[in-house]
Amino acid sequence: MRDRITERFAELAREGRAGLVTFLVAGDPDMATFEDLLAALPEAGADVLEVGMPFSDPMADGPAIEAGYQRALRAGTRLRHVLQAVERFRRRDPTTPVVLMGYYNPIYRYGVERFVEDARAAGVDGLIVVDLPPEEDGELRGPAREAGLHFVRLVAPTSITAPGRLPRLVESASGFLYYISFTGVTGAREPDLSEVEEALAAIRRVTELPVAVGFGIREPVQAAAVARLADAVVVGSALVRLVAAHLDEAGRPRDDLRGAVVERVRALAAAVHGAERNAGE
Amino acid sequence: MTVQQQPNSFRTGPDERGHFGIFGGRFVAETLMPLILDLEKAYNEAKADPSFKKEMDSYLAHYVGRPSPLYFAERLTKKFGGAKIYFKREDLNHTGAHKVNNVIGQALLARRMGKPRVIAETGAGQHGVATATVAARFGMECVIYMGERDMERQQPNVFRMRLLGAEVRPVKSGSRTLKDAMNEALRDWVTNVRTTFYLIGSVAGPHPYPAMVRDLQSVIGRETREQILGAEGRLPDVLVACVGGGSNAMGLFHPFLDDPDVRLVAVEAAGEGIETGRHAAAMTGGSPGVLHGSRSYLLQDEDGQVIEPHSISAGLDYPGIGPEHAWLKDVGRLEVATATDREALDAFELLARTEGILPALESAHAVAWVAREAPRMSPDTLVVVNLSGRGDKDIYTVARAMGAGL
Repeated sequence: MRDRITERFAELAREGRAGLVTFLVAGDPDMATFEDLLAALPEAGADVLEVGMPFSDPMADGPAIEAGYQRALRAGTRLRHVLQAVERFRRRDPTTPVVLMGYYNPIYRYGVERFVEDARAAGVDGLIVVDLPPEEDGELRGPAREAGLHFVRLVAPTSITAPGRLPRLVESASGFLYYISFTGVTGAREPDLSEVEEALAAIRRVTELPVAVGFGIREPVQAAAVARLADAVVVGSALVRLVAAHLDEAGRPRDDLRGAVVERVRALAAAVHGAERNAGE
Repeated sequence: MTVQQQPNSFRTGPDERGHFGIFGGRFVAETLMPLILDLEKAYNEAKADPSFKKEMDSYLAHYVGRPSPLYFAERLTKKFGGAKIYFKREDLNHTGAHKVNNVIGQALLARRMGKPRVIAETGAGQHGVATATVAARFGMECVIYMGERDMERQQPNVFRMRLLGAEVRPVKSGSRTLKDAMNEALRDWVTNVRTTFYLIGSVAGPHPYPAMVRDLQSVIGRETREQILGAEGRLPDVLVACVGGGSNAMGLFHPFLDDPDVRLVAVEAAGEGIETGRHAAAMTGGSPGVLHGSRSYLLQDEDGQVIEPHSISAGLDYPGIGPEHAWLKDVGRLEVATATDREALDAFELLARTEGILPALESAHAVAWVAREAPRMSPDTLVVVNLSGRGDKDIYTVARAMGAGL
């Protein structure tokens, strides 16, 4: 059997539609609430689940995701709890790919060998580590690939214009590529569609890997527009902001949190799945 | 602890990938990576270009006021009754600290690279003031990120930066100090990567910054070498400097790394005491970790979350340390010591009254080590202390600590 990520993108290609990738912070606002949300996402239409591993100093993230990480850390979330949550999810859902996203230090501190082993055992399918560019990622990418985890590479607008950079990025990438739609932190602004289209064309000249596009995608209309170009659309900050907006004054989840997240993901999924595709075929 | 091999020379690092042993490297987001590669290339070209060095030397002489004096602290030496104590007077530089040495070099590089906008993080405000000053001189747009807490305790420097035409942006996240300012500066850089030069103030951050800042600050050690040979006819026995990120220490130490008889002592901020956990001593109380673009010693919990540091001195209030220091410690070339808030305050007062010098609270940590150790040394021991900055900016903090109102 092929791995879950390859299988999911092959399925999407067969059906001729783009996928929806959702991002939530593990343990935000607490682990039970997060697990409840995560379990609801595939049914609401998420095709791939990104799970943020909390870090105290998320340099590449905007205020929404940073606040989510801080809520999770205040609730006592630790890396081993994140892996346990994925393990419980995996028992109920054997097919939806789960990709862990975060920063290197908590993994380094946990121990790379132990981490990839525990992540594989928990049913994790891939890793995105923001501060490990190809120049530094060997120490994690090697063990991760050996354990059967995809190592998803980030591609930025600056990587498109730098001579020789793209081939280097795709050379040892696997699973899919994550294209950052603008230079900036997560959630900062809206992507420029014509720039995204040009970047995707450049990426597709050097690789057959599916490309997910993220950063700044909030609304269904926008998601549909990106879905016409990309293989998948990532929505992160907007969902984390939605979590924040449904907490009471003490930071506890309100009863309407789950419904709000599910409803938003449903709308995004409908837009992404229904988008007329005009690229990549 | 990692055992690392002893090299033939301590001065050849980093390797071509920016590593000092296991430390250093380029742990940054992909968006920044192409720019960091460009920067490295531009810096190597500038280094090889005699006109770059000539221009820099000219600014250092006529704008900064170099060479800074090597001053024999006669009364302090008498008071301690031990080692003979010299101060390298970086506090006498234009803008009042060693920071400007590095800023001149990086600003010239920014201009070469055609970047019209510079950004910087600052803790005590010394690097921010130096950056704002040089940006004014070169006509560059300048934005300084500073933790809200640091803005409170370093008000004079905030006002100085604004007078110099810089925009000072308060950082409200995390501990609201230097590390958070650096996070925010990195966020700005990732957003404005094509127009902006990030002027890092210490021997920290991703390669090539640690090596570049070291090179630019090494003027301190080169001058010291010449000056002490002139004054004493021999090399010093001990060099002492405070370390936050570690740039004044690296600047002093680097030209002496291959002189095995010269002891190198880095003094970390022990805050309220190492045992209290409220300190900023990354090499004494931390472990290897990855933050702000490089691997080095880091104050972190067992889950790899960064611990908020503490020091009375805003310039030392940082949870990491430059990667070359981490490596020099592990290979046994660097001695690491600590001084508490209290000891630094005592040293501040002592220096004011015996030598008529108000040292920066950062530099007072190095003086505190000397106060502890010099009395036990023989009178023919030569100690050079890097007086990395002046203390005018700290008088409010010192007044508060003394219970005096200003």
